[in-house]
Amino acid sequence: MLPNDALAQLKFRDPVRARALRDALERLVSRADHAPVSVMHVCGSHEQAIAKFGLRAAFPADLRVIMGPGCPVCVTDVPEVDEAVALAKQGVRIASYGDMLRVPGTSQSLADAKADGAHVDVVYSVTQAVDLARDTDEELVFFASGFETTAVATAAVLVDDPPDNFSVLSAHKYIPPVMEIVAEMPETKIEGFLAAGHAATITGSAVFEKFVERHRLPVVVAGFEPLDVLAGLVRLLELINAGEAKVENAYPRCVTREGNAHAQELLWRVFRPTGGRWRGIAHVPNGNLRLRDEFARYDTRKRFTIDASALWSYAPPKLVQQCQCGDIMAGIASPSDCSLFGKECTPDTPVGACMVSAEGTCRIWHQYGGHPDLSSMKRGVA
Amino acid sequence: MCLGVPGQVVAVDRDRNTATVDFWGVKKEVRLEVCDVPVAPGDYILNHVGFAIRRIPPDEAIETLALYDELLRLADDQDLITQDIRSEIDAAPYAAPSAREAYDASE
Repeated sequence: MLPNDALAQLKFRDPVRARALRDALERLVSRADHAPVSVMHVCGSHEQAIAKFGLRAAFPADLRVIMGPGCPVCVTDVPEVDEAVALAKQGVRIASYGDMLRVPGTSQSLADAKADGAHVDVVYSVTQAVDLARDTDEELVFFASGFETTAVATAAVLVDDPPDNFSVLSAHKYIPPVMEIVAEMPETKIEGFLAAGHAATITGSAVFEKFVERHRLPVVVAGFEPLDVLAGLVRLLELINAGEAKVENAYPRCVTREGNAHAQELLWRVFRPTGGRWRGIAHVPNGNLRLRDEFARYDTRKRFTIDASALWSYAPPKLVQQCQCGDIMAGIASPSDCSLFGKECTPDTPVGACMVSAEGTCRIWHQYGGHPDLSSMKRGVA
Repeated sequence: MCLGVPGQVVAVDRDRNTATVDFWGVKKEVRLEVCDVPVAPGDYILNHVGFAIRRIPPDEAIETLALYDELLRLADDQDLITQDIRSEIDAAPYAAPSAREAYDASE
């Protein structure tokens, strides 16, 4: 067994506490009246911490910690990518976050369009996209991705009188509704959720209360440091064992029950939730964030007639049909279950969206390993 | 992209509603309109895509900064968490040097 050794290698600043939390997890899982116990988190940054610090290797064998649909780039659906690609090929200038460029559409990604001569810019923030629009007379479309935390930034820009040639093609997503979908999937058998700490700084932990009421599953808000993740899991296991369905905030340093009310007001002033497909998952009622009518003049979909049909005349690449991103994001499969993982599908030649984004399960596992080889950590890899 | 990166406020521009924030010695201009409480020099904020999404307690900031510090020091360029931290900092534009700093630099 490697746990104690492993934890000592993890660069924790508090290995004693880490070991105590790990032992608590072991105890709680052994006391559960069934095995394995399956819990889900919905955040790429949680998965990065779990994989990078080798936490999964230190978890009890009967604890399954699954990453759900926590990568906003990955769940951006094919028709949404097609809209951006079609516009780019029509000659409209597009700006987007870097990970969005290589997400596959029906037959092409934005990166493919760019290679064909389309004008596509990578930005780190929506503010940079607005700056690009201010410097030109041509139309500038910001292809916006991200969960509610990132959508708030887009909202702030739209209420701040952006230039007339700026518009937003929103692929923003809202996390709470998709948790409802995944919780209902019979294959996943999820018994509790770990919710993302930084997103909850905005929404507050209260946003999960209705979910808990409806599904009778506990939700624990947790931070991103290895100790935060372990502490969150311990609390979640305690609630599962006690049969208590409630929301707990294990990250009170940053998160309150109410959250940032001002940011929420901004978010809902600009966006309305609407149903739509999440790539590989399902139709998610209220899972997509679209611009309200008051902001129609900044809505790319209202401003342009987008005809993506030309993209459908090409067959999608064959490998895509074998891609298991959907099952992986629903928690039904692991990256290692996919025959393409690490072979045909790598970060340099991604087949599916989960290998494209730095928050995608496949990309993270490819980087750090899902059950990392701890001998490599002893050689001093952080 | 769910990650926020803490930084310390060194100056606030009330007219433009922005703050000059120090991230590992790099001074960036962060927008304040999403933050729900006023910030002042010395405060720590959580920066996400160029916006302060929350004022955070100093002990939280210092703890997180110590971890990120270790990551930035030890990890290679390919490391995903390190990339996320860097792109969060890149999301905010460089702050214009204050008159005082310009004076110091000329000394």
